[in-house]
Amino acid sequence: MGIIQIIITLALLAVLVIPAGKYIFNVITGGKSFIDPVFDRVDSLIYKVTGVKRSEMGWKQYAISLLVTNLVMTLLVYLIFRLQGHLGFNPNKNGSMEPFLAFNTAISFITNTNLQHYSGEWGLSHLSQLAAITFLMFTSAASGFAAAAAFMRGLAGKTKNAGNFFVDLIRITTRILLPISMVITLLLVWQGVPQTLSGNQTVTTIEGTLQDIPLGPVAVLESIKHLGTNGGGFFGANSSHPFENPTPLANLVEILSMMLLPASLVYTFGLMLKNKKQSRVIFAAMAILFLTALPVCYLAEQAGNPALSAAGLNQAMGNLEGKEVRFGIAQSALFTTVTTAFTTGAVNNMHDSLTPLGGLAALGQMMLNVVFGGKGVGFMNMIMYAILAVFLCGLMVGRTPEFLGKKIEGKEMKLIALAILVHPFIILIPSAIALVTGPGLAGITNPGFHGLSQVLYEFTSAAANNGSGFEGLADNSLFWNFSTGLVMFFGRYISMIALLAVSGSLAAKREVPVGIGTFKTDNKLFTFILIAVVLIVGALTFFPAISLGPVAEHLTLGK
Amino acid sequence: MKVFLRAITVTIALFILCGFAYPLAMTGISQSLFHKQANGSIIESNGRAVGSELLGQNFTDPRFFHGRISAVNYNTYKPEDKVPDKNGKTAYSGAASGSANLAPSNPALAQRVKNDMEAFLKANPDVKKEDIPADLLTSSGSGLDPDISPEAARIQIPAISKATGIGSEELNKIVEKYTTGRTLGIFGEPRVNVLKVNIEISKMLK
Repeated sequence: MGIIQIIITLALLAVLVIPAGKYIFNVITGGKSFIDPVFDRVDSLIYKVTGVKRSEMGWKQYAISLLVTNLVMTLLVYLIFRLQGHLGFNPNKNGSMEPFLAFNTAISFITNTNLQHYSGEWGLSHLSQLAAITFLMFTSAASGFAAAAAFMRGLAGKTKNAGNFFVDLIRITTRILLPISMVITLLLVWQGVPQTLSGNQTVTTIEGTLQDIPLGPVAVLESIKHLGTNGGGFFGANSSHPFENPTPLANLVEILSMMLLPASLVYTFGLMLKNKKQSRVIFAAMAILFLTALPVCYLAEQAGNPALSAAGLNQAMGNLEGKEVRFGIAQSALFTTVTTAFTTGAVNNMHDSLTPLGGLAALGQMMLNVVFGGKGVGFMNMIMYAILAVFLCGLMVGRTPEFLGKKIEGKEMKLIALAILVHPFIILIPSAIALVTGPGLAGITNPGFHGLSQVLYEFTSAAANNGSGFEGLADNSLFWNFSTGLVMFFGRYISMIALLAVSGSLAAKREVPVGIGTFKTDNKLFTFILIAVVLIVGALTFFPAISLGPVAEHLTLGK
Repeated sequence: MKVFLRAITVTIALFILCGFAYPLAMTGISQSLFHKQANGSIIESNGRAVGSELLGQNFTDPRFFHGRISAVNYNTYKPEDKVPDKNGKTAYSGAASGSANLAPSNPALAQRVKNDMEAFLKANPDVKKEDIPADLLTSSGSGLDPDISPEAARIQIPAISKATGIGSEELNKIVEKYTTGRTLGIFGEPRVNVLKVNIEISKMLK
């Protein structure tokens, strides 16, 4: 039964990808759509009050607009966190955030990471949950999506301009994120996710004790949390909390919402290029990597924990520590693999308690950071590897490499090298620092090899803008708040800007006509070259760290 | 400069739309369409609220079915747990969720399982160690798991029957009544809602 429910979920996604990809194409190219009569009015009202003109921007102006807008949003939200104790709409009377936690949280949500060093129950007022968190969940997802749209326009090479950032941001929010979120919200409320403005309720149980029932506007946050691949929960336990994810049906809705837009965006790319074969190659490479990680996680969790076997506990039901009965092994392993591939970071089971290999599947996907990925960014990273693959093949046969009809030259390769190197750099260097300093080591809560995995996972998740964690890590400290705040920031913006620059540079070049000597990038051979390049670069970079963490833990577990 | 002005106006517009207008509208719609769920699926017994059907509770009475291990004690507490001790700490400091995040290799996990296993075998003397379903002795991710597996419910029946005087047959029927299968026969796992079963038992005890 386990495998069947996984296959059906993935089949449902496959059905949704093409219509959703076409719809996204319509939205980012300004095409006509059946809901225009409604949304044209909403959009023109917003353009009017905000003074947005629909003028074209070059890639630099586009990137600057994105950065400045994200900066303004971050400052606004930082202020809300710092003052939430005094701003009202705070029925549970939670205090204001201290500066470093607010710094970390603001960056975490604007970068689409949603690493949470607080728990919603004590950390945020209802006002912050909506006006800060839910707001940023929409705009950070729309920003990433907009960057991908600009990137694709450059690669498609029809125009030298990147589009208009503000128009993209608004259209993506009102035409993609808001309407789909509304549907998901209602589905989740129907399944039992609360949506109320009131605070916690206390009841007397049948044993005569008291129980606090945590309430709030959970469903609106929950829907965009998945659709926008954000991942930050309303409650500390995230999607394992019955009020965030009450039933297997809610779990299915959440999994599909995470996968929908990143997967469809690849199809959109084919439409923009007018070359569906090219998008099939990219999609296939991502899917093969995903389908490699999924069974590793599922089988490892199903096999159970040898250490508990040794303690006499029957492991026929699998490794259930940190998991919910309603999800069991299959829905937990699927959720874990999806959330780390599509870089959402929501969890429906506690990743710290995953078996070493189950945890490795999650960690590995974030280290590669190209398996579909979050809103737009994973896609941009995969194209980055595609260009690297073309370059390497070009070197081997001694030809100037071309990608999508444009010559790849020194300038592009320098930017690509920067974007590829920044990811391991901001994972491994901070991990090394954490492992040799007191404040870093103070966060580790599990002994042995797993302690190293906790540190490695935290920085990998921050760098990949994922946001899940080996949550045992005691990370609400100055060291962890500050270090991961910086890692999330660099992880988001350096590669994004470098890749926008690549696309701008390619758009400005003359197209090279396709000849018999042209190296094709839209066939099966290239799919495998692409996967090989991703795996070789990933393995060379991360293998030592992985060996000391999850691999060593696996080899010694239960011995 | 112009880009700053534009960034500010667009931020304000989206702030109002996504941070206020949209959530408030959805709250209104949710409250009118799904009133019960939108307010936490509160469950009543004898006319008063005793919990939520989606949240587990900490049961200690031997006459009731027991749920999974919770790192947050299911947010259940006694009034005195909120009174600060000498060091200003309280036994209960407000609603929480999550697990203890023990790694599979952490010796504390194996030790906890051993301790709980001993206590369980003492309370359920007819049960053999290797027959204990794993969900009973592992902690849930949320600390609020409302369910146990049907096997975990059945294995508790003999001891509960002895403590309550309710026949095993009858208890079996109650468990079956509150067992939910896989959704559409496909998704998730079969499970028993512990609170609902115990409310039924509490009614029979009176």
